[in-house]
Parts: sequence; C-alpha cells; structure tokens
Amino acid sequence: MPQSADKVLDHAPLFQQPEYKEMLKNKKVQYECGHPDEMVKEIGDWTKSWEYREKNLAREALTVNPAKACQPLGAVFAAAGYEQTMSFVHGSQGCVAYYRSHLSRHFKEPSSCVSSSMTEDAAVFGGLTNMVDGLANTKALYNPKMIAVSTTCMAEVIGDDLSSFIAQAKQKESVPEDFDVPFAHTPAFVGSHVDGYDNMQKGILSHFWEKAERTVTGSINIIPGFDGFAVANIREMKRLLAEMGVEDYTILGDVSDVYDTPSDGEFRMYAGGTKLDDAKAALNAKATLSLQEYNTPKTLEYCADKGQETAALHYPMGIQATDEFLMKISELTGKEIPESLRMERGRLVDAMADSQAWLHDKTFAIYGDPDFVYGMARFLLEMGAQPKHCLATNGGKKWAKKMEDLLASSPFGAGCQVWPQKDLWHMRSLLATEPVDMLIGNSYGKYLERDTGTPLIRLMFPIFDRHHHHRFPTFGYQGALTVLVKILDTIFDKLDDDTIIPGETDYSYDLTR
Amino acid sequence: MAKDHVGGSEDYEALIEEVLAAYPAKSAKRRAKHLTVAKATDEEPDATTGIASKCDTQKSNIKSVPGVMTIRGCAYAGSKGVVWGPVKDMVHISHGPVGCGQYSWSQRRNYYIGKTGVDSFVTMQFTTDFQEKDIVFGGDKKLAKTIDEIEELFPLNNGVTIQSECPIGLIGDDIEAVAKQKNKEHGKTMVPVRCEGFRGVSQSLGHHIANDAVRDWVFDKEDSDAVKAYEPGQYDVNVIGDYNIGGDAWASRILLEEMGLNVVGNWSGDATLAEIERAPKAKLNLIHCYRSMNYICRHMEEKYGIEWMEYNFFGPSQIAASLRAIAAKFDETIQEKCEAVIAKYQPLVDEVIAKYRPRLEGKSVMLYVGGLRPRHVVTAYDDLGMVIAGTGYEFGHGDDYKRTGHYVKEGTLIYDDVTGYELEKFIEKIRPDLVGSGIKEKYPVQKMGIPFRQMHSWDYSGPYHGYDGFAIFARDMDMAINNPVWGLYDAPWKSAPEAIAAE
Repeated sequence: MPQSADKVLDHAPLFQQPEYKEMLKNKKVQYECGHPDEMVKEIGDWTKSWEYREKNLAREALTVNPAKACQPLGAVFAAAGYEQTMSFVHGSQGCVAYYRSHLSRHFKEPSSCVSSSMTEDAAVFGGLTNMVDGLANTKALYNPKMIAVSTTCMAEVIGDDLSSFIAQAKQKESVPEDFDVPFAHTPAFVGSHVDGYDNMQKGILSHFWEKAERTVTGSINIIPGFDGFAVANIREMKRLLAEMGVEDYTILGDVSDVYDTPSDGEFRMYAGGTKLDDAKAALNAKATLSLQEYNTPKTLEYCADKGQETAALHYPMGIQATDEFLMKISELTGKEIPESLRMERGRLVDAMADSQAWLHDKTFAIYGDPDFVYGMARFLLEMGAQPKHCLATNGGKKWAKKMEDLLASSPFGAGCQVWPQKDLWHMRSLLATEPVDMLIGNSYGKYLERDTGTPLIRLMFPIFDRHHHHRFPTFGYQGALTVLVKILDTIFDKLDDDTIIPGETDYSYDLTR
Repeated sequence: MAKDHVGGSEDYEALIEEVLAAYPAKSAKRRAKHLTVAKATDEEPDATTGIASKCDTQKSNIKSVPGVMTIRGCAYAGSKGVVWGPVKDMVHISHGPVGCGQYSWSQRRNYYIGKTGVDSFVTMQFTTDFQEKDIVFGGDKKLAKTIDEIEELFPLNNGVTIQSECPIGLIGDDIEAVAKQKNKEHGKTMVPVRCEGFRGVSQSLGHHIANDAVRDWVFDKEDSDAVKAYEPGQYDVNVIGDYNIGGDAWASRILLEEMGLNVVGNWSGDATLAEIERAPKAKLNLIHCYRSMNYICRHMEEKYGIEWMEYNFFGPSQIAASLRAIAAKFDETIQEKCEAVIAKYQPLVDEVIAKYRPRLEGKSVMLYVGGLRPRHVVTAYDDLGMVIAGTGYEFGHGDDYKRTGHYVKEGTLIYDDVTGYELEKFIEKIRPDLVGSGIKEKYPVQKMGIPFRQMHSWDYSGPYHGYDGFAIFARDMDMAINNPVWGLYDAPWKSAPEAIAAE
C-alpha cells in the first residue's frame, strides 16, 4: 500500500506506484478497446509530418485549440477598470460563470460580474424582464456606481436591444434615471475578446461623452488594452509618467488595483479603477493614446470623431517600443524625457549587451493577441533573436501585413512566417516540422511544449499554471528586463538540463555562463 | 481578527432575514424560498451517519434571479463539461462561438491515460468557432465539414459528440440530421447533444440531456464490435458519475477490484466509448454523483433490468459502509474480500485520523458546491472531527435536499443557488474555519482571512475518493486551515485599540 499518513502522496506520485500502474494497464487491456499501441505510435508520428501539416493548414471549418476568447470577456475586463463598476452581462448565465472563473484563474483574484440569467422563456419573449429585475437587484445588492451592460451570444441572436431595454428599465425605476448604465453589444460570433474590450470602452466613453460639450485641455488619455499583465504594466506606466512629470492624464480602464487587492481581512469587491468623473472629463483631453491598436480601433475612431488627436502603439515592450511610448508622451504633453529614464534605458541595453551571445540567432515561435505578438517579435529582433513563427488566432490580414513589414525591417526577421487566424493545433504542426528553440505564449502552450519539446515562456494571458507573473511588468524598460530574464532563464535551464548527466554531458555543465 | 459571529439555528434564521432585507421586495420573496435551517424530523436516523434532519428548502432547481450573481453555470457546462467531456477517445465539438469551449478547456481535471491529440482528446478544445455568417445562414454545413476534418486529422477518434452552444437552438440548425449523415459516411458514433446554455436553469438540465443522448445515440444504436466481443461476468459493475477529478475514479476502482469486482465501465472519467456501450451488460450500477447520472441508471434499470445503488467514497466511515453495501449485492466470496479490504486499509485510516484529527477537531466548515458534494463530503469532515455549519447546492433538486438530511444535523444553514451577496454575508457572520466552494468564491473568501479549498477541482490536488484519497483530503484541509499566512493579515502597527490599551 503506497499511501501513508507520514508522507501523503497526491496524484502525481500516487498513480506512479506499481499497484496503480498495474490497475491502469489492466483497465486498458480488458475494458478500453483502444487502438493497438503500434497504430497509436504510427499516427502520432504522422501528426508531426509535413504531410499532416499540409492537411492541417488546409482546414476550413474546424478550429482546434484556438488562442482567443469571446467578446464579452473583453467587455467585462474593460468595465472592471472603472470606479465601482459592476459588469452585467445580458443573456445566458453560464457565460458569466465562465468569464469570472477565467479571470480569477489568471489573476488569482476575485472577479465580480452578474448575469441577467435568461432562460428558454426569455429566448422566446426577449429578456426585457430579466433586464428590468436584474438591474434593480444588482444595484440593491452590490451598490455599484455604474453598471456596464454587455451581451452573450444568446441575447445577440434573439436581437435584444440594449439601448431600449435600459431606457425601459429606467422608466420602470430599476435604477434611477441618472444612474450610469453604459452598454455595448458584444456578439461572441464576431471577433474576439479584444473586440469586446474595444466595444465596451467605446460604450462607456460614448455614454459619458455623447451629450457633453468638449472644452479642450492639455490632458491626455491612455487606453491600456486587454492585458494579462495589466496590474503591473499600468503601475509601471504610471511610474514612467511620474518620472516625466506628467500629471495631467487619465488611464481609461485602470484595472491595476482591481485585480490586485490586498489580503487584510476585507473583501473589496471594488477597488481603484478610473474615476467616473475622470472618464467624463476625458472628453476634454487633447489626445487619446492606445497602447494596443488592435484592442481599440472603434474607440480611437470615436475619440477622433470627438476632435481628439489619437495614436496607437503595439504593446510598448522592449527598447524601441518604449522609446516610442515616451517620445509620444513627450510630444503630447510637452514634457521632456528625463535623464533618469535615459539611465533606465541604458541599463536595459547594458543587460542585453551582457547577454547578447546567448540570445543571438536563437529561434522563437510566438502566439497571442495581435499587439502582443507584434511587440514581442519586435523586442526579439532587438535582441538579435529570430522569430520564426508569429501566430494570432484573432489577427487579421492587416495585422499580418504589419507583421511582415516589421520582420522585413531587420535581418533577424528573415524567414519568419506570419500566421493570422491560425490556432495552436496549426502551431503544433509548425513546431513539429520547423522546430524553434523557444515558444512564447500562455498556459495553453504547455501542451505544445509536451508534444514538441519546445520550452515555453509564459508572457500572454491567460497564465493559469504559474503564479503571480502578472504582478511584474512587461511594459517599459523595466518590464523588458523582466522579459529578458525570463527568456535567459529558459535558455540556461534548458542548457543545464541538456548537460546534467554526470560523466557523460556534464563537461558543458558550466558554473559560469 | 476577533469578530462577532453567529451560530445555532435561531441566529441563522435571523441571518437569513437580515440577508433578504437587502433585496428588492420581489426578489426577496423569491430568494426566501431557497434559504432555510435544517429542522428536526421524525424520520429514522440514517444507519451509517446516525443523523436525520429536514433540509428541504421550499424551492430548488428553479430559475435564478437576474442580476444577483448566481454561481451556477449552464446546460452546456453540464453536458460538455461534466458528462461527455471526460470520454477520452471521442472528440467533443463545442458547437457555436469560441468562448464556451475556451473557458471550459482543461478546467475540470478529468484525468485520463492516452496520447492526447492522437487517440485521446479530453484536454483539447474543438470548436466550430461560429462567425456571423454561420448565425445568419445556419451552421449545419460547417458542422458537417468540421466532422470530416476531424475524421481526416484525428483518424483514431472513436466518435464525435456535438455539444450545442446557445445559438444552435435559436437559429434552427438540424444537428441530428448532420449526425445521422456523418454516422453513415464515417461509420462512427455521432452524438448530437441539445445542451444549449439557455435550456433549463443550471448545469442540471445539461446532465439530463447528456444522459438522454447516451440512451438515444449510443444504447439505441446497433451493437458495436466492442459490445459483441464482450462476455459478461457475474462480478461486472459500472461506476457511474465518477469523473476522475484528480484521479478519484482510480482511487475508487482499486478498492472495487481488490474486493473482486470488475469495473467494466467508469462513467465518464477516463472512459472510452466502449465502456459506455458495454454498460448495459453489467450486473450492477454503482452511482456516485447521483445528480448528474441518475437518469441513465433509471433507464438501464427499466430497460436492461440493472439494479443501481448509491454509494459514497468520501471518508473512511462512508467508504466502509459503502463497500459493505456493495458487497452485500454479491456472494460471500466478495463479502469476505470486502472485509479484507476494509481491514487492510484500517491502519492507514487510523494513522491519518491520529495525525490530522487533533489538528482539525471542532473546526467549522461551510460548503457550497454542486452535484453530490454538498452532502457526500460531509462525512469525510465528520471523520476528522470537523463540524458543518452550512451547506448548499448550485443545482440540486428536491431529492438532493431530502438526502442531505441524512448527513447534516438539525440547525445547519442550508442555501440553494446561493448568490454572491448571500454567501459573502453568511461567511462574514458565521466566520467558519474553512469554506469549500469554487474558483469564483475562493479569492473573496481568502481576502476575508478565511481558509478555503476549491471543492470542484480539489484545488489542483486529489484524488479525494477512496482510502488513498482520504489521506490527501485530510492533509489538504489541515494545510488550508493551519497555514501561518492567516495570522499575518493584521499589520502589527494597526492592532485593535483595546489591545493597545491593555498594554
């Protein structure tokens, strides 16, 4: 009997004990009626062949292991960045359970959100009653300052009209007439979570701005975009702005305190977030800067319509992207970039120079949201590393073109392939046929690591199986340093693993590298 | 962190009133029917637990109130996530937009042995990734093509299930026709499941629909080679409703095999389609998660004459009682082996209890889970000397609450389809020593300084079933409660005023 109270074995060691191995072998032989081992081996090998890759890339209908989620998740994330705001998702309730779980698993934090709990009768008659009762209940129980309404695909398919429903709910005194209830239609069958983010941002801003008069000030708005590292990245950005002496700015959708509340005995359903008054006043800003272009096309268009200057970056990570961010801020605010930031930049360049021999010509596959993949590839090029596959399930043709331009700008981008609208099962074929040294993605990438032996670096949402990485920034020079160290650690760990056999490979198991 | 807290039935009744006062009148009236305190009853106490109480709330298994932050999921979660998803040699298509399959991908920890992507597919996300044009023009053609592509790229799959997401039922797609057609073309089992998320009021209807799909699209089809080749034996049993979370079914199977039984099928953790197909030939159905799979057991009893019985493999008292009850259905050989199994593990049980009970004795627990756990795990806590202050079901029915009376004592707080608000208030006022619930509840509770274990996923640990699992369960509860972190919440310079005054 393997188990004991002295040393309790849980699943990982327990089922490796002979009793269990024997049991599982018998189960397989006697009851499972599986395919012969040779056949499984043969097909397994075939799935890693060029022939398979071509069939796989020719898929037209089936999606396997996509690297994207649906719109309402992005809407919930965007709304969470506003002061004391509760997300209210109109439609089936199971969706909300999923968004909350997904966000909590990544951030290791509470994620509050309600549903209008529509069921079959609402599918027939529409969900107006659910909206009317739901808003009243949410207001009474959770005391939000704002309720941000988005939709599941059920409500979209039956065509519920949020604008009219919310107006009717207010007439029926679910919530006071002047209570803030911005909304966004967020159909799950269009785009991905980054579009949901965009739609909700636009929904919130237009709610506050539509009937307001604009008086231009010198302030600027910054929209961070959907980002698993938002907690630390937004704080890092605020630090950079403080270094520059920029005070007159508004972060639209600031989740940095929302998804990072302390443990001191109190559960804070709401913490931090962009003040609603600041969101209102943001109309008057001279400019709005998006840190992730593909997260904000509609929002930026709206800002431009309101007369604001707009600009968009692709995830300011690494040297040049951070340079651009700082120079853009400098241009918009008239504040100079201080010497302290030049020193920071220099320290990052110093670290890259120290380690360049370990990075030069190392090959990478990257997947994730379009802006992240762009920013990541750009930073790799700066390090003399070679991106070989850049994949975004939610990246379109424009993104692919932009990626190709980026890759063409550096000799280290030669031979890199860009894969818009592909999934992680495609990536498996790519890694099997054209292997790379490292894979950059999220936790789902661990299956690719297992199947192809490519070490995984987790830099993209969601990260479920490693803790607290999101508490450290990837933005700015400091963030780039964190990213650099993660990459280097992966390189060194792999090298150590590969050379660790005593008397066989350990001549290369060097003390100093 | 000394805070006032309530205990005992009168306090709980008052607490329910207090919580309801926060709702608008209409919703307060609806929610009142779901909250109660276990009452005394004239019924005979349960033979194993010695307990009888009345836990039936007035209402359960009815619609959630909008806007209150229900913790429930949907029918798709009940079918794809619970019943069908763990069947390892079939491909389960999340049919519709991308999200449902994405959020449920690899989250239930249904362990299995197999080469993922080659002959097993559990921890993968297959979806038709519906786009606007699929909504407008219908998705049947895309579904048909999806199945063809699965057949080409995953040739060792033994069948496909179609797990419908919300839009499917709303746009009038005929997934049954596609399934029939593809079954003809590919000669493999095709199972269309109408588990659209808006159906029913929770996961529960999804379980039922998934059970019915087993009946209609597996049992009622021609016998497969696996069925034909199978010769039933007198000790053949099925384990029904064990999803092998963290290896639960394996820690159970080892006990059943040791007592001489053959587990022909395990539904549905680590199961193959053959294990589903052959089930009607077994002698007895052993059902663990009654809520999610009683339907198919009743059907098998009616149609194939297979008796079914519930059992409980959480905690040694119930394990021994269950093993004996199972053995009683067979001959003396099995009964003798059963006693030998219980005797073999008794030293382990004694050691575990000797080590952990002193650390856990008298600690209070609040549970809020789904399926069978709000009652079944209670006895495992009892075995460690812990006390249940409150329990409730996400999607229980009246029969679940009735059965709960055999597990919890009079005066236990009972909450059905609890809302975020209610649960937070209950926990804040009762301040139990441990809360067992899900990922959405974990972090709010821990922020309050109260130890927590996820009791859906075993908080990435497990197994918790069987004797081997009980040791892990005891260790996990101990480490949750007795970790030093809970003592670090208060900054020393912010001590309570009276403490400073006393110095």
